[in-house]
Amino acid sequence: MSAPKGRLAAQKWLITRRLSQLGFLMLFLSGPWFGLWIAKGNLTGSVTLDVLPLSDPFVILQSLAAGHIPATTALIGAAIVTVTYALIGGRVYCSWVCPINPVTDVAHWAHRRLNLPKGWQPARTTRLWLMVTVLAVSAATGTVAWEFVNPISLLHRGLVFGIGFGWTFVLAVFLFDLFVSRHGWCGHLCPVGAFYGQIGRKPVLRVSARARAVCDDCMDCFTVCPEPQVLTPALRGATGSTPLILSRDCTNCGRCIDVCDLDVFRFTHRFDATPAPGRVASKSRLTEPQP
Amino acid sequence: MPAPGFASSLDRRRFLTETARMAAGCAVAGTLLASFVSRAGALPATALRPPGALAEADFLAACSRCGLCVRDCPYDTLTLAVPGEDVAIGTPFFTAREIPCEMCEDIPCVAACPTGALDPGLTDIGDAKMGVAVLVDEEHCLNALGLRCDVCYRVCPVIDQAITLEMRHNPRSGHHAIFLPVVHAEFCTGCGKCEKSCVLPEATIKVLPLHLARGVASDHYRLGWEEMQDKGAPVVEGIVDLPDRLPGPGTDNLATPGGFAPEGAGDFAPAFKLPGGKP
Ligand code: SF4
Ligand code: SF4
Ligand code: SF4
Ligand code: SF4
Ligand code: SF4
Repeated sequence: MSAPKGRLAAQKWLITRRLSQLGFLMLFLSGPWFGLWIAKGNLTGSVTLDVLPLSDPFVILQSLAAGHIPATTALIGAAIVTVTYALIGGRVYCSWVCPINPVTDVAHWAHRRLNLPKGWQPARTTRLWLMVTVLAVSAATGTVAWEFVNPISLLHRGLVFGIGFGWTFVLAVFLFDLFVSRHGWCGHLCPVGAFYGQIGRKPVLRVSARARAVCDDCMDCFTVCPEPQVLTPALRGATGSTPLILSRDCTNCGRCIDVCDLDVFRFTHRFDATPAPGRVASKSRLTEPQP
Repeated sequence: MPAPGFASSLDRRRFLTETARMAAGCAVAGTLLASFVSRAGALPATALRPPGALAEADFLAACSRCGLCVRDCPYDTLTLAVPGEDVAIGTPFFTAREIPCEMCEDIPCVAACPTGALDPGLTDIGDAKMGVAVLVDEEHCLNALGLRCDVCYRVCPVIDQAITLEMRHNPRSGHHAIFLPVVHAEFCTGCGKCEKSCVLPEATIKVLPLHLARGVASDHYRLGWEEMQDKGAPVVEGIVDLPDRLPGPGTDNLATPGGFAPEGAGDFAPAFKLPGGKP
């Protein structure tokens, strides 16, 4: 941590993200709370300002697997959502919209604070397997199966329509991430995040490790990134390789941008070809003799 | 020999183990989810689906649990089930005794549904089949006891079709009538207004889901009198119409008070006589 930036600058994207998450929630809550109807419904399906239909494409896919052909409105809604995320990055849903993200973020923050061990770390591909399993269960039971347990909709629908015992599912995710598995839910298991990760193989909005040459291996970005495996190819790439974080697992959360004191990272688009020389090995504090 | 694509047999071995482990884990997770889904997907008899809802099995495949039907219901009839209630989590339902469906002419709940879980083909609310009202307890229904409550009949939006009052003899007093509320399933929409307004502390008329409220006749059953009306002739051609046997005198025959007198029937005589000579 050389030349620390200001507290606010080091939280810029985090704060923006929290505002975005809160904003998406308020779009749904302003109606029931203040009678100001902007978005009606919840994250699985909604109408904004009485004109814009949106549907969760993963729910629609489960519905199809269960043998129901959804009506046109839902199909249009799912298409709009799919195209949007295909452009900005599927997992932008995770970082900027999903209400579970603050929960698992707080769990991870506490996990770090308490210096807890990593715990159970199933392969990152587990979520894809689970995603397929969910579709198979939908087909076998003829239901939108994941919606019976999905903590995202339980929380979001709960906040907008009334929660019942729904908070227990959310608490379970929190405790799981805190004590059982670091980044366990969003990083390894959540089939919804996995699904959004599959949307759009080439999203336009990307983070670039453009100034990777100055990286001194402080590892702050690796500590904070929910999907640290995505950093390596870009950050440790040699001159000539792309500094763009191309992995679909990157959620475009911008935390790496925030925490890096050397301003290695920045948001850019995938066609950005600004030359980014590889790292100068001698800069690494790992190779330096420790004082 | 290592399979193409694998650097060594060790890699292949690792790949296979990993795959087997994932598949086994998913089989367990999938089974748990499926058993939870089938348990949590049962619908209690008091929970009624909104108008136009597909049959329950199809409904669970179709409804995205968005709650748009709930939002657009002007009477706050519908709610989304929360965990802890017996209805599939997040799906819309109503309880007749709490807030019944007011049978809006423009059916806003159906219009709001984006997925088709509420069938857009339902354009006349009179065709809705949310359930069927059943007079479940004649021992307490005030009308069935011979009083004139009539409330369920009066509030029914399909009055005189879905509920009629059928006049019956009151055997208790011997000379009064009973106006029994009778539901005609063909016209009842299951809106629940009758159940809601039953004046007793526990309603004696209740809206039940169709599968509980209705029996089903065997496919091959024919009602002779209906067939006769459709056809204008006996169902079986050339059938011989034998004279009906009527009870003899001294029996409680309301059609011919005093009983059937053998003399009046020409040469007809009873086939046997009781001991003691009485016919
Ligand atoms: S991984 Fe799942 S729970 Fe986590 S932020 Fe993404 S969608 Fe939400
Ligand atoms: S690489 Fe950066 S933007 Fe992407 S998930 Fe990690 S911290 Fe977030
Ligand atoms: S018909 Fe009207 S009262 Fe009945 S559920 Fe629909 S919107 Fe509500
Ligand atoms: S509007 Fe349709 S999809 Fe949405 S909760 Fe109601 S029935 Fe389900
Ligand atoms: S539920 Fe009751 S009030 Fe509604 S249509 Fe049927 S009989 Fe009438």
